[in-house]
Amino acid sequence: MLKRLRESKSAQGTLLALPTTVWLFVLLIIPLILTAVVSFGKRSPDGNVIYTFTLDNYIRLFGYSTNCASGQAACFDPLYVNILLRSLSLAFNTTVLVISLAYPLAYFIARSHPKQRNTYLFMVLIPLWTNFVIRVYAWMMLLRKEGAINIIIGWVMNLLHIPFTPLEMLYTPGAVLVGMVYEFLPFMILPIYTSLEKIDLSLYEAAADLGANSIKTFLRVTLPLSMPGVVAGTILVFIPVMGTFIVSDILGGRQVILVGNLIQRQFLDARDPTFGSAASLILMVMTLIVTYFYTRKFGFGEEIVVA
Amino acid sequence: MNPFRRSPFVIAATILVYVFLYAPIVGLVLYSFNASRANVTFEGFIPAFSDRVVMDGSMVKSSPCGPFHWYCELSKNRDVAEAAGNTLTIAFTATIISTIIGTMAALALQRYNFKMKPFSQLSLYIPIVIPEIVMGIGILTLFSQVFGWMNDTFNLVGSARLSMGIMTVTASHIAFMVPFVALVVQARLTGFDKSYEEAAMDLGANEWITFRRVTLPMILPGVLSGALLAFTLSLDDFVITFFTNGPGSTTLPIYVYGLLRRIITPQVNALSTVWIMVVFLAVLAIQILQNREQKKPS
Repeated sequence: MLKRLRESKSAQGTLLALPTTVWLFVLLIIPLILTAVVSFGKRSPDGNVIYTFTLDNYIRLFGYSTNCASGQAACFDPLYVNILLRSLSLAFNTTVLVISLAYPLAYFIARSHPKQRNTYLFMVLIPLWTNFVIRVYAWMMLLRKEGAINIIIGWVMNLLHIPFTPLEMLYTPGAVLVGMVYEFLPFMILPIYTSLEKIDLSLYEAAADLGANSIKTFLRVTLPLSMPGVVAGTILVFIPVMGTFIVSDILGGRQVILVGNLIQRQFLDARDPTFGSAASLILMVMTLIVTYFYTRKFGFGEEIVVA
Repeated sequence: MNPFRRSPFVIAATILVYVFLYAPIVGLVLYSFNASRANVTFEGFIPAFSDRVVMDGSMVKSSPCGPFHWYCELSKNRDVAEAAGNTLTIAFTATIISTIIGTMAALALQRYNFKMKPFSQLSLYIPIVIPEIVMGIGILTLFSQVFGWMNDTFNLVGSARLSMGIMTVTASHIAFMVPFVALVVQARLTGFDKSYEEAAMDLGANEWITFRRVTLPMILPGVLSGALLAFTLSLDDFVITFFTNGPGSTTLPIYVYGLLRRIITPQVNALSTVWIMVVFLAVLAIQILQNREQKKPS
C-alpha cells in the first residue's frame, strides 16, 4: 500500500488534494444540492421542511398568488419579481458607479512614482479591511437627520442665507446605493490598479510616436489593456451586492427590500426555509448567468486573486 | 511623453474618492469621544477627569478616563470580551487548518495529475462566483437537518444535543477560506523553478526532506500571505457567521450588528475605533513584510 503510494504520482496528488476537496464537497456542494432539494419541498406548520416535489415555491416567486384583492381565484402579484428586479438594477447601478469612482483613483496610483504607490494603496486597504458592519454603521451616522451631512449642508445654507430643513436621507434607496458603493469600492480599485500597472510604458511612447494625442492613447491603449481589471472588479462587486442584506437592512430600514433580505427573513422571521431556498437558488442562477456571459465576452483574468 | 503625467481631472477625482473613503471613518472616530450618551449629535468632548463618572442628563460631565470614557466602558464590557475571544479563537483555528490543507491542495493541483483534479480545481472557484448568503443558508440547512436528525435518532438530551456553535462557525469559515489560500499559493507555484528540488533529490534527499528543506522555504512567503488573507477574511466575516452561529459563539461583527438594531452609545464607536486601529497596524505590518521580501532577491 505505502509502496504503491510512493510510486504512483496520481495517488499522491489525490491524497494531497483530498482534505480540501472533501471539505468543500461537504460544506459547499452538498449544501447547494440540499438547498435545491429543499426548494422543491413544502413548509410544515411548525416551520420544518416536508420533502416532496412541488414547484409551488417557484410559482409563488414568479408572481402566482391566491390572495387577490379583486376576489379572483388567482392573479399576478409582482411583489417578489420586483424584489429580484430591484436587486439586479441596484447591483448594476452600484457596479457602474463603483467603476467610475475606482478608475480615476486606480489610474492615479498606477501613474504615481513607484515609491509612492505603496502608500496610496495602503490608504485603500485601510477602509477595505475595516469591518463591513462597522462601515455601514459609519454611514448610518453620517446620513441621519442630525448627522454630519445635514449639519454641513445646513451650515453652508446658513452662510448663504437660504432656509434649510434637514433632509431625510437615511432609510431611502439612495442611502442603500451610497452604502453599497462605499462597501465595494476597494474591490474595484485593486484589480484595475493591477492591470494598469502591468501596461508596458513603451506602448505609450509608440502611441506618441505614431501621433496619438492623450485622449486617443487612453481610448486605444490604456482602456483596452485595463479591461481584465475592470472585469475582475465587476465580478468582485456585482456578485456580493446581489446577495448582501446588511446594507439594505441598516441603511434602508424596512423600506428597501432586496433578495438578500427576502432570503434572510424566510429563514429567521417567516420560518419558511423552502421558499427561502427557492429564492436563494434563483439568486445563484441569476449571478451565474450574468458572470457566465460577462466572462465569456471579456475573459476571466488572474486579477481576481489580488483583492 | 511623461508616463507619470496625470491630468487635473484625475487628481481632483482622486482627492474626492479618498475623501469619500475616509469621511465616514473620521466621523466614526470623532463620535467615540462624544460627551452625549444618546450619540445622536456630537455634543463635544468629555471635558474633565474625576474620581467617578458625573452625568448631567444624558451628558457625561467628567469621568475617571476623561475624554476616553467610552473606551474605559468598553474595556469593562464582558460581552465584547467574549465576542473578541470567540472571533480570535475561530480565526486562529480556521486559519491553521485552511492554510495546511489549502497549501496541500495547491501543491497537488500544480504538480500532479489525478482523476479528480478538474473537480478539485473547479470547487475552488465556488466561493468567488456564488453570493455568500447562498452558501450561508445552504450550510445552515445542512447543519440543522443533520443535527435535528441525529438528536432525534439517538435521543440526545441536555448538553449532548448537537447545536450550532463555535465548531460549526469554524468549519464553515474553513470552507470559504481554503479556496483563497489555495489560489494564492498556486499563483506562487506557477513561477517555481523545479531544478532546486531535482538537485536536492540528486543529492540523496527523500521527498519529505526535499519538501521541508527546499520547497517549503521557497513557497513560504506565498503560504504566509495566503494565511494572512484567510485570517483577515475570517475576522471580517459576517454573513456565514450570521447563519452558522449559535448560543455562546457570537463574534464581534455579529455583536456590533446586534447593537445597531437596538440602542447605540458611543461605546460602539469606541469599539469600531479600536478595530480600525488594529486593522491599521496589521495592514502596516503586512506592507513592511512585503516590502522587505521584495527587496531581498529570492
